[in-house]
Amino acid sequence: MFEQLTNKLDGIFRKLTSRGKLTPSNIRETLREVRRVLLEADVNYKVAKSFVAKVEEEAVGDEVISSITPGQKVIKVVHDKMVEFLGGTTVEFNLPRSEPTRIMLVGLQGSGKTTLAGKLALFLRERQWAPALVAADIYRPAAGEQLRILGNSVNIPTVVFENKESPLDTCKRAGKIAGSKGWDALIFDTAGRLQIDQKMMDELILLKKKLSPEMILLVVDAMTGQEAVSVAEEFEKRLVVDGFALTKLDGDARGGAALSLRAITGKPIIFAGTGEKLNALELFHPDRMASRILGMGDVVTLVEKAEKVFDEEQARELEKKIRKQQFTLEDFYTQLQQIKKMGPMENLLGMIPGMGKLKTQDINFDERELVKVEAMISSMTMDERRNPGIINGSRRKRIANGSGTSVQDVNRLLKQFKLMKKMMGSMSKLGSKFLGL
Amino acid sequence: MRLFKRKKLEDSLYKTRKSLLTKIGELVGIKKNIDSGFLGELEEILITSDIGVKATLEIIHDLENRVMEQKTRDSGEIYVLLKEELKRILYYDKSVLKDITPPEVILIAGVNGTGKTTTIAKLAYRFKEEGKKVLISAADTFRAAAQEQLGVWAERLGADIVQSQAGADAASVAYDTVEKAILKGYDCVIIDTAGRLHTKSNLMEELKKVQRVISKKHEGAPHEILLVIDATTGQNGILQAQAFNQALNITGIVLTKLDGTAKGGIVLAIKKELNIPVKYVGIGEKLEDLIEFNPEEFVEDIIGK
Repeated sequence: MFEQLTNKLDGIFRKLTSRGKLTPSNIRETLREVRRVLLEADVNYKVAKSFVAKVEEEAVGDEVISSITPGQKVIKVVHDKMVEFLGGTTVEFNLPRSEPTRIMLVGLQGSGKTTLAGKLALFLRERQWAPALVAADIYRPAAGEQLRILGNSVNIPTVVFENKESPLDTCKRAGKIAGSKGWDALIFDTAGRLQIDQKMMDELILLKKKLSPEMILLVVDAMTGQEAVSVAEEFEKRLVVDGFALTKLDGDARGGAALSLRAITGKPIIFAGTGEKLNALELFHPDRMASRILGMGDVVTLVEKAEKVFDEEQARELEKKIRKQQFTLEDFYTQLQQIKKMGPMENLLGMIPGMGKLKTQDINFDERELVKVEAMISSMTMDERRNPGIINGSRRKRIANGSGTSVQDVNRLLKQFKLMKKMMGSMSKLGSKFLGL
Repeated sequence: MRLFKRKKLEDSLYKTRKSLLTKIGELVGIKKNIDSGFLGELEEILITSDIGVKATLEIIHDLENRVMEQKTRDSGEIYVLLKEELKRILYYDKSVLKDITPPEVILIAGVNGTGKTTTIAKLAYRFKEEGKKVLISAADTFRAAAQEQLGVWAERLGADIVQSQAGADAASVAYDTVEKAILKGYDCVIIDTAGRLHTKSNLMEELKKVQRVISKKHEGAPHEILLVIDATTGQNGILQAQAFNQALNITGIVLTKLDGTAKGGIVLAIKKELNIPVKYVGIGEKLEDLIEFNPEEFVEDIIGK
């Protein structure tokens, strides 16, 4: 379905860009499709409706219709509005200093609060804070233990409730000892709860009243559907949150919930959780999220990650080769070494626009596979690397023997390389198409 | 007990039913005739229940045909037609009983945070109440304190559990559990697995391995492979079901956290698309709050009388 959606939007946009002339009625028809795509991306239906209305207002204007490239203008309006709805720019993380500064994490069960607590602690430490984790979930069995293990794994101190201690008492105790321990930030990991559970919501209200945290973060699973609105509404009404953390963004959920959260409460999405490891926390980028919801890929993040490991000269060279479709297995080998530094392959692939069109199983990148791929390419001659077409049956056998793999492995590599080359071709075409943005 | 359970589902679905019922009620009040405008509004109501655009459109299309057949224009009729339609979608034949050589092995899988561990505790409680000898396998060797969490439940339940070190091979834990169950004559084995996003191919391979080693040790096992889905899940639920089904051949779904206001409509889309039935629903935090799914009841409760 993910693929279908991306294709659909691609199709809509292509239709728009290829049309010479736009009329209010064919814009409207297109926007109806956009609305449908938003709904499939789990944007709340009310939000989708008002979003489309806003876009229409601008898109039907004279400026768009009379422009030379009206189709691209409409796409730009959709994208820009989406970025605007998501908050416009990245919220700078400015946490007031206090003695100690207190952050309270709240949310439904299973939204990822405990993992986020660990990530946030690490994030703060990288910014010269001295954080401690406080386990205030006395309900879920072993929740305290989980936080302690997470804390230990990155050397961050934890305060876990002791026998019969209430969540409030635990948090207070942490506050009392913070000064002597040299902690300047406390992260309260509260229990998951349903927003309609009065008793449990009252507990949070009490915590807020007694602890007056500098920041209350509502943790929301990126896979959440229409319900995101009622969760956000209720937590906002009862607690007044300062912002959101969107978790599990390393999956393939379109994350339409993000649009709903912001539109309903006006509060910013501050953090994005992007993996199981504790360093997988990023500041939320509205422009990247907009591209994701619209299925345009996340080129910005990809480029940013690449910038860290590629030097500019190399990158230009590579780009030229990709454009001219002269990318060889030898280049691939060199790139592999650098790509490995950029993080998990599947995360990277998801950021490439148009990737949705390829079935994920066709270009299945298991990290361990990369080791095999390296071995196989090392076993090839220079000629073979530059011109894989010459790799016949007996060469395949030799390569397999040389790299400790099987002929099937070699076949798969060659097939994947071919696919990848094709994909890169369409990527550079797409790239130039979107340059008009 | 039975009556009590019935009451509970009505209770937890009360919000769901109310919101849908009011919306449909309002609609019927405004529009006496079933026309395209009426169906359009109905479409929106279904979409907000997370049923999804595609499944919703198909349902509406079928409803339209039924309306044409019956030559009725009365919008009140929509209750009856919609209920029939949804029941038809959710129906599955429960009467097919597999011939199982004990122990019966149940494998639990799902993405992170859907409620797998809690579901296992509830299932274990359920089987124990039925007088079965239950062995739990803590094969989530990845998440911090997952072992301890299940351990606490096992202790509360007085159920036996096979645990391991964090970071151990999940498949070997599962294997040991099944081996022990066969040797010691357990009726039933429930295997916990680490939550994983369905897009992580290496983790999905690990899950396949768990299944493989179990079936090697005990023919026909795992007899039941349940995918746990959170009722608040949106359209990503279909992708989850697709990926897990491709890896494991899911036999059923456990829909959790239905005690909130989330409608869990995604299970309709999953049933329509992949024909995977819902087997259990989680409707609260207590051990007895896991009930067998009954399509008739579910639909009656969603749509109202």
